[in-house]
Amino acid sequence: MKRVAIVGSGQTHHTGSRLDVNGPELINEAVIRALEDTGLKRKDIDGVLIGNMDHFEGVNGVELWSIDGNGGLMKPTIKMTTGGTTGSTLAIGGYHLVASGHFDRLLVIGWEKNSESDTTGAITTAFDPIWDRMVFAGAISGLAIDAMNYCHKFGVTPKDAARVVVRDRMNALKNPFAHVRKEITIEEVLRSPLIADPLRLWDMCPRTDGACAVIYASEDVAEKIAPKPTWILAAANRHPYSYVGDVECYPITSLYHASREAYAKAGIKEPLKEIDVMELYTPYSYANLSWIEALGLAKPGEGPKLVWDGATEMDGELPINPSGGVICTNPIGATGLIRAAECAGQISGKAGDHQVPGVKTALSTGFGGCFWSDILIYGEKKP
Amino acid sequence: MVKKNLNLLTLTNGESFQPFRYALGSAGARFFQELKDNNRFMGLRCAKCEKVYIPPRNVCGPCFEPLKDWVQVGPEGSIYSFTVLRFAFIDPETGEKKPVPYGYGFIRLDGASTNLQHFLELPKNGDLKIGMRVRPVFAKNAQGNMRDIVHFSVDGA
Repeated sequence: MKRVAIVGSGQTHHTGSRLDVNGPELINEAVIRALEDTGLKRKDIDGVLIGNMDHFEGVNGVELWSIDGNGGLMKPTIKMTTGGTTGSTLAIGGYHLVASGHFDRLLVIGWEKNSESDTTGAITTAFDPIWDRMVFAGAISGLAIDAMNYCHKFGVTPKDAARVVVRDRMNALKNPFAHVRKEITIEEVLRSPLIADPLRLWDMCPRTDGACAVIYASEDVAEKIAPKPTWILAAANRHPYSYVGDVECYPITSLYHASREAYAKAGIKEPLKEIDVMELYTPYSYANLSWIEALGLAKPGEGPKLVWDGATEMDGELPINPSGGVICTNPIGATGLIRAAECAGQISGKAGDHQVPGVKTALSTGFGGCFWSDILIYGEKKP
Repeated sequence: MVKKNLNLLTLTNGESFQPFRYALGSAGARFFQELKDNNRFMGLRCAKCEKVYIPPRNVCGPCFEPLKDWVQVGPEGSIYSFTVLRFAFIDPETGEKKPVPYGYGFIRLDGASTNLQHFLELPKNGDLKIGMRVRPVFAKNAQGNMRDIVHFSVDGA
Protein backbone atom coordinates (compact mmCIF):
# COMPACT_ATOMS: atom_id res chain seq x y z
CA MET A 1 0.00 0.00 0.00
CA LYS A 2 1.29 3.47 -0.93
CA ARG A 3 1.35 6.35 1.47
CA VAL A 4 -0.88 9.17 0.24
CA ALA A 5 -0.79 12.96 0.50
CA ILE A 6 -2.96 15.89 -0.48
CA VAL A 7 -0.79 18.20 -2.58
CA GLY A 8 -3.21 21.00 -3.40
CA SER A 9 -6.81 22.12 -3.68
CA GLY A 10 -9.16 24.65 -5.19
CA GLN A 11 -12.55 26.00 -4.16
CA THR A 12 -15.14 28.21 -5.79
CA HIS A 13 -16.29 31.33 -3.99
CA HIS A 14 -19.29 29.65 -2.39
CA THR A 15 -22.59 31.47 -2.53
CA GLY A 16 -26.35 30.97 -2.46
CA SER A 17 -26.93 30.93 -6.20
CA ARG A 18 -24.58 30.85 -9.18
CA LEU A 19 -26.76 31.63 -12.20
CA ASP A 20 -23.66 32.60 -14.19
CA VAL A 21 -22.42 29.00 -14.41
CA ASN A 22 -23.96 25.59 -15.05
CA GLY A 23 -22.72 22.41 -13.34
CA PRO A 24 -19.65 21.68 -15.51
CA GLU A 25 -18.61 25.34 -15.42
CA LEU A 26 -18.86 25.48 -11.63
CA ILE A 27 -16.84 22.27 -11.34
CA ASN A 28 -14.27 23.63 -13.79
CA GLU A 29 -13.60 26.69 -11.61
CA ALA A 30 -12.54 24.50 -8.69
CA VAL A 31 -10.50 22.16 -10.92
CA ILE A 32 -8.57 25.05 -12.52
CA ARG A 33 -7.75 26.45 -9.07
CA ALA A 34 -6.57 23.04 -7.80
CA LEU A 35 -4.33 22.58 -10.83
CA GLU A 36 -2.93 26.11 -10.38
CA ASP A 37 -2.32 25.41 -6.70
CA THR A 38 -0.13 22.40 -7.57
CA GLY A 39 1.39 23.57 -10.86
CA LEU A 40 0.07 20.39 -12.50
CA LYS A 41 -1.61 20.33 -15.93
CA ARG A 42 -4.64 18.28 -16.95
CA LYS A 43 -2.29 15.88 -18.78
CA ASP A 44 -0.51 15.08 -15.48
CA ILE A 45 -3.67 13.73 -13.86
CA ASP A 46 -4.15 9.94 -13.91
CA GLY A 47 -7.85 9.93 -13.16
CA VAL A 48 -10.84 11.77 -11.74
CA LEU A 49 -13.09 10.91 -8.81
CA ILE A 50 -16.22 13.04 -8.66
CA GLY A 51 -19.45 13.15 -6.69
CA ASN A 52 -22.55 15.01 -5.57
CA MET A 53 -26.10 14.12 -4.51
CA ASP A 54 -27.79 13.62 -7.87
CA HIS A 55 -31.27 14.32 -6.59
CA PHE A 56 -30.46 17.92 -5.62
CA GLU A 57 -30.21 18.90 -9.27
CA GLY A 58 -32.36 16.04 -10.58
CA VAL A 59 -29.73 15.38 -13.25
CA ASN A 60 -28.06 12.01 -12.83
CA GLY A 61 -24.64 11.06 -14.10
CA VAL A 62 -22.30 13.99 -13.38
CA GLU A 63 -19.34 11.74 -14.14
CA LEU A 64 -20.59 11.70 -17.74
CA TRP A 65 -21.92 15.16 -18.53
CA SER A 66 -19.27 17.19 -16.72
CA ILE A 67 -16.37 15.47 -18.46
CA ASP A 68 -15.21 18.56 -20.41
CA GLY A 69 -15.09 20.69 -17.27
CA ASN A 70 -13.92 18.13 -14.72
CA GLY A 71 -10.64 17.31 -16.46
CA GLY A 72 -11.44 13.63 -16.89
CA LEU A 73 -11.86 13.58 -20.69
CA MET A 74 -10.53 10.23 -21.96
CA LYS A 75 -9.19 9.36 -18.50
CA PRO A 76 -10.47 6.94 -15.84
CA THR A 77 -13.43 8.73 -14.22
CA ILE A 78 -15.34 7.36 -11.24
CA LYS A 79 -18.32 8.66 -9.29
CA MET A 80 -18.98 8.20 -5.57
CA THR A 81 -22.14 9.41 -3.91
CA THR A 82 -23.30 8.72 -0.35
CA GLY A 83 -25.72 11.51 0.48
CA GLY A 84 -24.49 14.07 2.99
CA THR A 85 -21.21 12.24 3.40
CA THR A 86 -20.50 12.38 -0.35
CA GLY A 87 -17.65 14.89 0.08
CA SER A 88 -15.95 12.92 2.86
CA THR A 89 -16.54 9.65 1.02
CA LEU A 90 -14.71 11.25 -1.91
CA ALA A 91 -11.91 12.25 0.45
CA ILE A 92 -11.63 8.70 1.79
CA GLY A 93 -12.17 7.10 -1.64
CA GLY A 94 -9.42 9.22 -3.17
CA TYR A 95 -7.09 8.08 -0.40
CA HIS A 96 -7.97 4.42 -1.02
CA LEU A 97 -7.56 4.68 -4.80
CA VAL A 98 -4.12 6.28 -4.57
CA ALA A 99 -3.05 3.97 -1.72
CA SER A 100 -3.91 1.03 -3.99
CA GLY A 101 -1.05 2.00 -6.27
CA HIS A 102 -3.27 2.32 -9.35
CA PHE A 103 -3.16 6.13 -9.40
CA ASP A 104 -0.26 8.49 -8.66
CA ARG A 105 -2.06 11.80 -9.21
CA LEU A 106 -5.80 11.71 -8.66
CA LEU A 107 -8.14 14.67 -9.01
CA VAL A 108 -11.02 14.46 -6.51
CA ILE A 109 -14.05 16.72 -7.00
CA GLY A 110 -17.15 17.37 -4.90
CA TRP A 111 -19.80 19.86 -5.94
CA GLU A 112 -23.44 20.89 -5.57
CA LYS A 113 -25.83 23.49 -6.89
CA ASN A 114 -28.34 23.50 -4.06
CA SER A 115 -30.07 26.52 -5.59
CA GLU A 116 -31.45 24.33 -8.37
CA SER A 117 -34.08 22.50 -6.27
CA ASP A 118 -35.93 22.48 -2.99
CA THR A 119 -33.25 21.15 -0.62
CA THR A 120 -35.61 19.62 1.94
CA GLY A 121 -37.77 18.01 -0.75
CA ALA A 122 -34.67 16.58 -2.43
CA ILE A 123 -33.21 15.22 0.81
CA THR A 124 -36.51 13.52 1.58
CA THR A 125 -36.14 11.43 -1.58
CA ALA A 126 -33.08 9.76 0.01
CA PHE A 127 -35.32 8.15 2.64
CA ASP A 128 -37.58 5.13 2.66
CA PRO A 129 -40.86 5.92 0.87
CA ILE A 130 -42.97 3.47 2.89
CA TRP A 131 -41.81 4.09 6.44
CA ASP A 132 -39.88 7.34 6.62
CA ARG A 133 -41.07 10.00 4.19
CA MET A 134 -44.60 10.85 5.31
CA VAL A 135 -43.66 12.74 8.45
CA PHE A 136 -40.02 13.46 7.54
CA ALA A 137 -38.86 17.03 6.99
CA GLY A 138 -35.38 16.67 5.52
CA ALA A 139 -32.21 17.19 7.48
CA ILE A 140 -33.81 19.69 9.83
CA SER A 141 -36.31 17.31 11.43
CA GLY A 142 -33.73 14.64 12.26
CA LEU A 143 -31.29 17.19 13.64
CA ALA A 144 -34.03 18.79 15.74
CA ILE A 145 -34.87 15.38 17.23
CA ASP A 146 -31.16 14.94 18.03
CA ALA A 147 -30.92 18.39 19.64
CA MET A 148 -34.12 17.91 21.66
CA ASN A 149 -32.75 14.65 23.06
CA TYR A 150 -29.35 16.18 23.88
CA CYS A 151 -30.87 19.20 25.65
CA HIS A 152 -33.23 16.94 27.62
CA LYS A 153 -30.35 14.72 28.73
CA PHE A 154 -27.90 17.37 29.87
CA GLY A 155 -29.83 20.63 30.27
CA VAL A 156 -27.95 22.21 27.36
CA THR A 157 -29.55 25.51 26.32
CA PRO A 158 -30.20 27.39 23.06
CA LYS A 159 -27.69 29.96 24.31
CA ASP A 160 -24.97 27.30 24.41
CA ALA A 161 -25.75 26.43 20.80
CA ALA A 162 -25.83 30.08 19.73
CA ARG A 163 -22.33 30.54 21.14
CA VAL A 164 -21.02 28.12 18.50
CA VAL A 165 -22.75 30.00 15.70
CA VAL A 166 -21.00 33.17 16.87
CA ARG A 167 -17.64 31.36 16.70
CA ASP A 168 -18.12 29.89 13.24
CA ARG A 169 -19.53 33.14 11.82
CA MET A 170 -16.54 35.05 13.22
CA ASN A 171 -14.12 32.57 11.63
CA ALA A 172 -15.86 32.78 8.24
CA LEU A 173 -15.13 36.51 8.09
CA LYS A 174 -11.49 35.57 7.43
CA ASN A 175 -12.27 32.95 4.78
CA PRO A 176 -12.78 34.54 1.34
CA PHE A 177 -14.45 31.35 0.01
CA ALA A 178 -17.11 31.11 2.77
CA HIS A 179 -20.75 31.63 1.81
CA VAL A 180 -22.20 33.40 4.88
CA ARG A 181 -19.72 36.07 5.93
CA LYS A 182 -21.57 38.17 8.47
CA GLU A 183 -20.92 38.56 12.17
CA ILE A 184 -23.75 37.57 14.49
CA THR A 185 -24.52 37.89 18.21
CA ILE A 186 -25.98 35.32 20.58
CA GLU A 187 -29.09 37.49 20.88
CA GLU A 188 -29.55 37.57 17.10
CA VAL A 189 -29.39 33.77 16.90
CA LEU A 190 -31.90 33.46 19.75
CA ARG A 191 -34.23 35.97 18.07
CA SER A 192 -34.19 34.23 14.66
CA PRO A 193 -37.37 32.30 13.72
CA LEU A 194 -37.99 28.92 15.33
CA ILE A 195 -38.05 26.39 12.47
CA ALA A 196 -38.10 22.99 14.26
CA ASP A 197 -37.94 23.11 18.07
CA PRO A 198 -35.37 23.79 19.46
CA LEU A 199 -33.66 24.84 16.20
CA ARG A 200 -33.81 28.41 15.00
CA LEU A 201 -32.97 29.66 11.54
CA TRP A 202 -29.41 30.69 12.40
CA ASP A 203 -28.70 27.39 14.15
CA MET A 204 -28.77 25.79 10.69
CA CYS A 205 -26.37 25.63 7.77
CA PRO A 206 -27.25 27.49 4.56
CA ARG A 207 -27.82 25.87 1.15
CA THR A 208 -24.95 26.72 -1.11
CA ASP A 209 -23.72 26.49 -4.70
CA GLY A 210 -20.09 25.50 -4.79
CA ALA A 211 -17.38 23.05 -5.79
CA CYS A 212 -14.12 21.83 -4.31
CA ALA A 213 -11.27 19.96 -6.02
CA VAL A 214 -8.43 18.25 -4.19
CA ILE A 215 -5.37 16.63 -5.74
CA TYR A 216 -4.08 13.45 -4.14
CA ALA A 217 -0.59 12.10 -4.83
CA SER A 218 1.21 8.89 -3.95
CA GLU A 219 4.43 8.86 -1.94
CA ASP A 220 6.34 8.39 -5.23
CA VAL A 221 5.48 11.88 -6.49
CA ALA A 222 3.96 13.92 -3.64
CA GLU A 223 7.15 15.65 -2.51
CA LYS A 224 8.03 16.56 -6.10
CA ILE A 225 4.66 18.32 -6.52
CA ALA A 226 4.28 20.08 -3.17
CA PRO A 227 6.93 21.56 -0.88
CA LYS A 228 4.81 20.50 2.12
CA PRO A 229 2.38 17.68 1.33
CA THR A 230 -0.40 16.83 3.78
CA TRP A 231 -0.12 13.12 4.58
CA ILE A 232 -3.21 11.11 5.32
CA LEU A 233 -2.69 9.23 8.57
CA ALA A 234 -6.03 7.49 8.95
CA ALA A 235 -9.55 7.17 7.60
CA ALA A 236 -12.63 5.43 9.00
CA ASN A 237 -16.37 5.45 8.53
CA ARG A 238 -19.50 3.94 10.07
CA HIS A 239 -23.10 3.56 8.92
CA PRO A 240 -25.19 2.71 11.99
CA TYR A 241 -28.74 1.75 10.82
CA SER A 242 -31.42 1.60 8.16
CA TYR A 243 -34.60 3.43 9.17
CA VAL A 244 -34.70 6.93 10.63
CA GLY A 245 -36.44 5.78 13.82
CA ASP A 246 -33.64 3.30 14.56
CA VAL A 247 -31.31 6.10 15.66
CA GLU A 248 -29.77 6.11 19.10
CA CYS A 249 -29.42 9.84 19.54
CA TYR A 250 -26.65 10.11 22.09
CA PRO A 251 -23.81 9.65 21.68
CA ILE A 252 -23.79 9.64 17.88
CA THR A 253 -22.62 6.04 17.59
CA SER A 254 -21.15 6.31 14.08
CA LEU A 255 -18.86 9.20 14.98
CA TYR A 256 -17.88 7.65 18.31
CA HIS A 257 -16.75 4.38 16.72
CA ALA A 258 -15.24 5.84 13.54
CA SER A 259 -13.16 8.28 15.57
CA ARG A 260 -11.86 5.56 17.91
CA GLU A 261 -10.75 3.51 14.88
CA ALA A 262 -9.07 6.53 13.31
CA TYR A 263 -7.34 7.54 16.58
CA ALA A 264 -5.98 4.01 16.95
CA LYS A 265 -4.69 3.98 13.38
CA ALA A 266 -3.00 7.37 13.81
CA GLY A 267 -1.67 6.57 17.30
CA ILE A 268 -3.67 9.34 18.96
CA LYS A 269 -4.53 8.86 22.63
CA GLU A 270 -5.60 12.34 23.72
CA PRO A 271 -7.27 14.03 20.75
CA LEU A 272 -7.75 17.39 22.49
CA LYS A 273 -4.02 17.65 23.14
CA GLU A 274 -2.60 15.89 20.11
CA ILE A 275 -4.73 17.33 17.31
CA ASP A 276 -4.05 20.97 16.34
CA VAL A 277 -7.14 21.82 14.31
CA MET A 278 -10.46 20.25 13.33
CA GLU A 279 -12.83 20.91 10.45
CA LEU A 280 -16.10 19.25 11.41
CA TYR A 281 -19.13 18.55 9.25
CA THR A 282 -21.45 20.04 11.84
CA PRO A 283 -24.51 21.18 9.89
CA TYR A 284 -26.23 22.75 12.88
CA SER A 285 -25.13 24.44 16.07
CA TYR A 286 -25.87 21.72 18.64
CA ALA A 287 -23.66 19.25 16.72
CA ASN A 288 -20.68 21.38 17.70
CA LEU A 289 -21.49 20.57 21.32
CA SER A 290 -22.67 16.96 21.42
CA TRP A 291 -20.51 15.62 18.59
CA ILE A 292 -17.29 16.95 20.10
CA GLU A 293 -18.22 14.83 23.11
CA ALA A 294 -18.51 11.78 20.81
CA LEU A 295 -15.07 12.68 19.44
CA GLY A 296 -13.72 12.40 22.98
CA LEU A 297 -12.87 16.10 23.38
CA ALA A 298 -15.18 16.53 26.37
CA LYS A 299 -17.07 14.31 28.80
CA PRO A 300 -20.79 13.69 28.20
CA GLY A 301 -22.67 16.97 28.65
CA GLU A 302 -19.47 19.03 28.89
CA GLY A 303 -19.15 20.06 25.23
CA PRO A 304 -20.69 23.48 25.97
CA LYS A 305 -18.12 24.14 28.71
CA LEU A 306 -15.26 23.46 26.28
CA VAL A 307 -16.77 25.98 23.85
CA TRP A 308 -17.52 28.65 26.49
CA ASP A 309 -13.99 28.28 27.87
CA GLY A 310 -12.66 29.30 24.45
CA ALA A 311 -10.77 26.08 23.80
CA THR A 312 -12.20 25.81 20.28
CA GLU A 313 -11.57 29.43 19.25
CA MET A 314 -8.86 30.38 16.76
CA ASP A 315 -6.44 31.06 19.65
CA GLY A 316 -7.68 28.18 21.81
CA GLU A 317 -6.20 24.80 22.60
CA LEU A 318 -7.95 23.15 19.64
CA PRO A 319 -9.42 25.55 17.04
CA ILE A 320 -12.52 24.05 15.42
CA ASN A 321 -13.78 25.19 12.01
CA PRO A 322 -11.33 28.00 11.19
CA SER A 323 -13.03 28.14 7.77
CA GLY A 324 -16.35 29.03 9.38
CA GLY A 325 -17.52 25.45 8.99
CA VAL A 326 -20.73 24.08 7.57
CA ILE A 327 -22.90 26.62 9.40
CA CYS A 328 -21.43 29.19 7.00
CA THR A 329 -20.98 27.12 3.81
CA ASN A 330 -22.82 24.00 2.65
CA PRO A 331 -22.68 22.91 -1.01
CA ILE A 332 -23.64 19.43 0.15
CA GLY A 333 -21.70 17.12 -2.21
CA ALA A 334 -18.62 19.29 -1.70
CA THR A 335 -18.99 19.95 2.03
CA GLY A 336 -17.06 16.94 3.34
CA LEU A 337 -14.30 17.46 0.77
CA ILE A 338 -13.99 21.14 1.72
CA ARG A 339 -13.20 19.93 5.24
CA ALA A 340 -10.31 17.86 3.79
CA ALA A 341 -9.09 20.77 1.65
CA GLU A 342 -9.19 23.07 4.66
CA CYS A 343 -7.21 20.62 6.82
CA ALA A 344 -4.62 20.31 4.07
CA GLY A 345 -4.50 24.11 3.78
CA GLN A 346 -3.83 24.35 7.53
CA ILE A 347 -1.02 21.77 7.49
CA SER A 348 0.66 23.12 4.36
CA GLY A 349 0.47 26.68 5.70
CA LYS A 350 -1.74 27.91 2.84
CA ALA A 351 -4.88 28.79 4.80
CA GLY A 352 -4.32 32.54 4.52
CA ASP A 353 -6.11 34.80 7.00
CA HIS A 354 -7.70 31.85 8.80
CA GLN A 355 -4.40 30.00 9.22
CA VAL A 356 -3.85 28.45 12.65
CA PRO A 357 -0.13 28.72 13.45
CA GLY A 358 1.99 25.56 13.64
CA VAL A 359 -0.56 22.92 12.64
CA LYS A 360 1.01 19.46 12.57
CA THR A 361 -2.07 17.25 12.90
CA ALA A 362 -5.62 17.88 11.69
CA LEU A 363 -8.93 16.01 11.65
CA SER A 364 -11.97 16.31 9.43
CA THR A 365 -15.38 14.65 9.56
CA GLY A 366 -18.31 14.01 7.27
CA PHE A 367 -21.93 13.53 8.27
CA GLY A 368 -25.00 12.39 6.43
CA GLY A 369 -28.28 10.59 6.11
CA CYS A 370 -29.04 8.21 8.92
CA PHE A 371 -26.45 9.80 11.21
CA TRP A 372 -23.48 8.16 9.59
CA SER A 373 -19.96 9.51 9.96
CA ASP A 374 -16.65 9.70 8.12
CA ILE A 375 -13.31 10.66 9.68
CA LEU A 376 -9.91 11.53 8.27
CA ILE A 377 -6.75 12.43 10.18
CA TYR A 378 -3.90 14.29 8.48
CA GLY A 379 -0.31 15.04 9.43
CA GLU A 380 2.71 16.97 8.23
CA LYS A 381 4.96 13.97 8.84
CA LYS A 382 5.01 11.09 6.39
CA PRO A 383 3.45 8.12 8.23
CA MET B 1 -16.53 38.07 -15.97
CA VAL B 2 -20.25 38.20 -16.57
CA LYS B 3 -21.35 41.06 -18.82
CA LYS B 4 -23.36 43.60 -16.87
CA ASN B 5 -26.25 43.66 -19.32
CA LEU B 6 -26.46 39.85 -19.63
CA ASN B 7 -29.78 38.46 -18.47
CA LEU B 8 -28.89 35.23 -16.63
CA LEU B 9 -31.54 32.66 -17.54
CA THR B 10 -32.89 29.58 -15.81
CA LEU B 11 -35.04 26.71 -17.07
CA THR B 12 -37.91 25.59 -14.83
CA ASN B 13 -39.44 22.15 -15.25
CA GLY B 14 -43.17 21.82 -15.88
CA GLU B 15 -45.83 19.93 -13.96
CA SER B 16 -43.84 16.73 -14.33
CA PHE B 17 -44.95 13.52 -12.64
CA GLN B 18 -42.84 10.41 -12.40
CA PRO B 19 -44.74 7.44 -10.96
CA PHE B 20 -43.00 4.97 -8.67
CA ARG B 21 -44.25 1.63 -7.35
CA TYR B 22 -42.46 0.46 -4.21
CA ALA B 23 -42.62 -3.09 -2.86
CA LEU B 24 -43.21 -3.32 0.88
CA GLY B 25 -41.67 -6.78 1.13
CA SER B 26 -43.24 -9.58 3.15
CA ALA B 27 -42.52 -8.09 6.58
CA GLY B 28 -43.86 -4.66 5.64
CA ALA B 29 -46.96 -6.16 4.01
CA ARG B 30 -47.76 -8.18 7.14
CA PHE B 31 -47.32 -5.10 9.37
CA PHE B 32 -49.74 -2.99 7.38
CA GLN B 33 -52.25 -5.84 6.98
CA GLU B 34 -52.39 -6.19 10.78
CA LEU B 35 -52.61 -2.46 11.21
CA LYS B 36 -55.44 -2.17 8.70
CA ASP B 37 -57.48 -5.21 9.75
CA ASN B 38 -56.89 -5.32 13.51
CA ASN B 39 -55.37 -1.95 14.50
CA ARG B 40 -52.44 -3.98 15.83
CA PHE B 41 -48.74 -3.15 15.72
CA MET B 42 -46.57 -6.15 14.96
CA GLY B 43 -42.78 -6.18 15.25
CA LEU B 44 -40.12 -8.76 14.51
CA ARG B 45 -37.88 -10.00 17.31
CA CYS B 46 -34.33 -11.22 16.85
CA ALA B 47 -33.93 -14.66 18.44
CA LYS B 48 -30.29 -13.86 19.18
CA CYS B 49 -30.22 -10.32 20.67
CA GLU B 50 -33.96 -10.12 21.46
CA LYS B 51 -34.27 -6.68 19.92
CA VAL B 52 -37.81 -6.03 18.65
CA TYR B 53 -37.82 -4.13 15.39
CA ILE B 54 -40.36 -1.54 14.28
CA PRO B 55 -40.49 -1.12 11.30
CA PRO B 56 -40.28 -4.91 10.99
CA ARG B 57 -37.60 -6.16 8.63
CA ASN B 58 -36.30 -9.58 7.64
CA VAL B 59 -32.79 -9.23 9.03
CA CYS B 60 -31.23 -7.98 12.27
CA GLY B 61 -28.41 -5.63 11.25
CA PRO B 62 -26.11 -6.18 14.26
CA CYS B 63 -26.58 -9.99 14.44
CA PHE B 64 -27.11 -10.42 10.68
CA GLU B 65 -29.64 -13.14 11.53
CA PRO B 66 -33.00 -13.67 9.81
CA LEU B 67 -35.97 -12.40 11.81
CA LYS B 68 -38.99 -14.68 12.09
CA ASP B 69 -40.61 -14.17 15.53
CA TRP B 70 -43.56 -11.81 15.27
CA VAL B 71 -44.55 -10.06 18.50
CA GLN B 72 -47.28 -7.56 19.22
CA VAL B 73 -46.09 -4.16 20.45
CA GLY B 74 -47.90 -0.99 21.54
CA PRO B 75 -50.42 0.31 20.70
CA GLU B 76 -49.39 2.84 23.36
CA GLY B 77 -45.86 4.05 23.80
CA SER B 78 -43.79 7.01 24.89
CA ILE B 79 -42.04 9.91 23.20
CA TYR B 80 -38.34 9.06 22.67
CA SER B 81 -37.71 12.50 21.13
CA PHE B 82 -39.69 14.98 19.07
CA THR B 83 -39.76 18.33 17.36
CA VAL B 84 -42.40 20.73 16.08
CA LEU B 85 -41.91 21.60 12.41
CA ARG B 86 -42.67 25.24 11.78
CA PHE B 87 -41.44 25.91 8.25
CA ALA B 88 -43.36 25.16 5.07
CA PHE B 89 -41.77 22.92 2.49
CA ILE B 90 -42.88 20.81 -0.44
CA ASP B 91 -43.65 17.18 0.29
CA PRO B 92 -42.05 15.25 -2.59
CA GLU B 93 -44.67 12.50 -2.12
CA THR B 94 -47.65 14.74 -2.71
CA GLY B 95 -46.22 17.91 -4.25
CA GLU B 96 -48.06 19.87 -1.56
CA LYS B 97 -46.80 22.04 1.25
CA LYS B 98 -46.73 20.24 4.58
CA PRO B 99 -49.32 21.50 7.09
CA VAL B 100 -47.11 23.40 9.53
CA PRO B 101 -46.83 23.55 12.43
CA TYR B 102 -46.93 19.82 13.08
CA GLY B 103 -45.57 17.57 15.80
CA TYR B 104 -42.99 15.03 14.67
CA GLY B 105 -42.26 12.24 17.09
CA PHE B 106 -40.03 9.25 17.51
CA ILE B 107 -42.48 6.93 19.28
CA ARG B 108 -41.12 4.02 21.30
CA LEU B 109 -44.09 1.64 21.23
CA ASP B 110 -44.35 -0.50 24.38
CA GLY B 111 -42.27 -3.64 23.82
CA ALA B 112 -40.33 -2.29 20.82
CA SER B 113 -36.58 -1.60 20.75
CA THR B 114 -36.62 0.98 17.94
CA ASN B 115 -38.76 4.03 17.21
CA LEU B 116 -41.69 4.54 14.88
CA GLN B 117 -41.68 7.98 13.31
CA HIS B 118 -45.09 9.60 13.15
CA PHE B 119 -47.10 12.77 13.56
CA LEU B 120 -47.72 13.96 17.12
CA GLU B 121 -50.87 15.89 17.83
CA LEU B 122 -49.98 19.26 19.34
CA PRO B 123 -51.69 19.31 22.77
CA LYS B 124 -54.28 21.99 23.38
CA ASN B 125 -52.86 22.60 26.84
CA GLY B 126 -49.17 22.56 27.67
CA ASP B 127 -46.16 21.38 25.67
CA LEU B 128 -44.92 18.06 24.39
CA LYS B 129 -42.13 16.56 26.46
CA ILE B 130 -39.75 13.64 26.05
CA GLY B 131 -41.05 10.61 27.94
CA MET B 132 -44.76 11.51 27.66
CA ARG B 133 -47.15 8.62 27.11
CA VAL B 134 -48.93 8.57 23.73
CA ARG B 135 -51.63 6.53 22.03
CA PRO B 136 -52.38 6.14 18.31
CA VAL B 137 -55.46 7.66 16.71
CA PHE B 138 -56.51 5.42 13.82
CA ALA B 139 -57.94 6.63 10.52
CA LYS B 140 -61.53 5.73 9.65
CA ASN B 141 -60.83 4.22 6.26
CA ALA B 142 -57.64 2.19 6.60
CA GLN B 143 -55.70 1.66 3.35
CA GLY B 144 -52.75 -0.39 4.57
CA ASN B 145 -50.15 2.36 4.86
CA MET B 146 -48.70 4.84 7.36
CA ARG B 147 -51.73 7.09 7.00
CA ASP B 148 -53.87 4.43 8.70
CA ILE B 149 -52.65 6.22 11.84
CA VAL B 150 -53.74 9.85 11.88
CA HIS B 151 -51.24 10.72 14.60
CA PHE B 152 -50.19 9.86 18.12
CA SER B 153 -51.79 11.83 20.93
CA VAL B 154 -50.86 12.51 24.55
CA ASP B 155 -54.57 12.89 25.39
CA GLY B 156 -56.03 9.80 27.04
CA ALA B 157 -52.74 7.91 27.00
